[in-house]
Amino acid sequence: MTNGDTTEPLLAAHQLVKAHGRTPALRGASVELRAGEILAVTGASGSGKSTLLHCLAGIVRPDGGSVTYAGQRLDRLPEKRLSELRRTDFGVVFQFGQLIPELTALDNVALPLMLAGAGRAEARARAAEWLERFGVLGQEDLRPGEMSGGQAQRAALARALVTGPKAVFADEPTGALDSLAGEQVMTALAHTAREAGTAVLLVTHDAQVAAYADREIQLRDGVVAPAEVTA
Amino acid sequence: MSSMSTRHILLGLLASGPSHGYDLKRRHDERFPQARPLAYGQVYTTLQRLVRDGLAEVEGTESDGGPERTAYRTTEEGTRELTRWAAQIAPPAPFVTNEIFAKVVVSILSGGDPAAYLRAQRAAHMARMRELTAVKTAPGADLATVLSADYALNHLDADLRWMTTTAARLTTLTAEVDAA
Repeated sequence: MTNGDTTEPLLAAHQLVKAHGRTPALRGASVELRAGEILAVTGASGSGKSTLLHCLAGIVRPDGGSVTYAGQRLDRLPEKRLSELRRTDFGVVFQFGQLIPELTALDNVALPLMLAGAGRAEARARAAEWLERFGVLGQEDLRPGEMSGGQAQRAALARALVTGPKAVFADEPTGALDSLAGEQVMTALAHTAREAGTAVLLVTHDAQVAAYADREIQLRDGVVAPAEVTA
Repeated sequence: MSSMSTRHILLGLLASGPSHGYDLKRRHDERFPQARPLAYGQVYTTLQRLVRDGLAEVEGTESDGGPERTAYRTTEEGTRELTRWAAQIAPPAPFVTNEIFAKVVVSILSGGDPAAYLRAQRAAHMARMRELTAVKTAPGADLATVLSADYALNHLDADLRWMTTTAARLTTLTAEVDAA
């Protein structure tokens, strides 16, 4: 770490190893994410960025190394406990496809709240507030296929943030958008995360997207490339 | 920005009506946020040259009890020159002069570590891009600020993409430079 912060990281991966079949994706990657920090993970295609995100978010288990979240070993949690934790503490945004096509934007955003035990009316009211905040109100009764890419992605962002997660994992969140729509999505994500103190792990190949983060790490062949100290 | 551009930008600002040197400087800095602010001395010198070349003339002086201020206005010839300049294309990269590329080559020639240099340069570019992103996404940022930050962000991004490709091809470049 370069900035001398001694507080415990919210999320830490140590020497992660992961292969897809015989192809190694991670070969000893270590990274720390602090509470409220936006961290960009960049690197060429195939450098292991998405695999790193999946391991940190508890979506896949690493073959070796450890993932520690708020003091507990995420890679050793039983599946049931892990999926509960993902629901309460984590939010995810992918390039596309995370909204349920049969549900309206409003119901998509309300769903995580209802899964967490909120009543339908309350969940829908809170979902509407988030859609409004991201400029998607007025389209809340549309299904994802009826919305523009940028609107759908902002709805997906609302869905990731509506439960007040401690950490959000965003994998190429603007990858399918033109630059203006991408800018709106990134501004919404960065402002909300900074306001709420949400940590964000942002995987991107795009330096202009990475510039919304507080710092950057680069993956190269499954490991974190040496960092240059910046002021 | 070259002094030729400063001439034309001042002519452009005068196109909307007579103005004092100080007003021209202030309006320039407002219209072109994030640009290097115009020095007052540069405005004054440029105005005198515009008058000398018949492109602007003195409208009058006033003092309002304070220091004397001279207002300038554009001439017909100045308007014609401005129209001509504004429609003329900017030469697209007539010479490829690139300090980063020069440093990579010099580093190879002198047995340095071009890869380490490129990593450090990338970190500096990213730090500047974070600053510009903060400027353009600050609540209430006006469009001129957003567009000028975008211009710099896109150019820095182009540098970064070039640096990434170059870093991946350093071995070949080193062989080529060393063989020459």
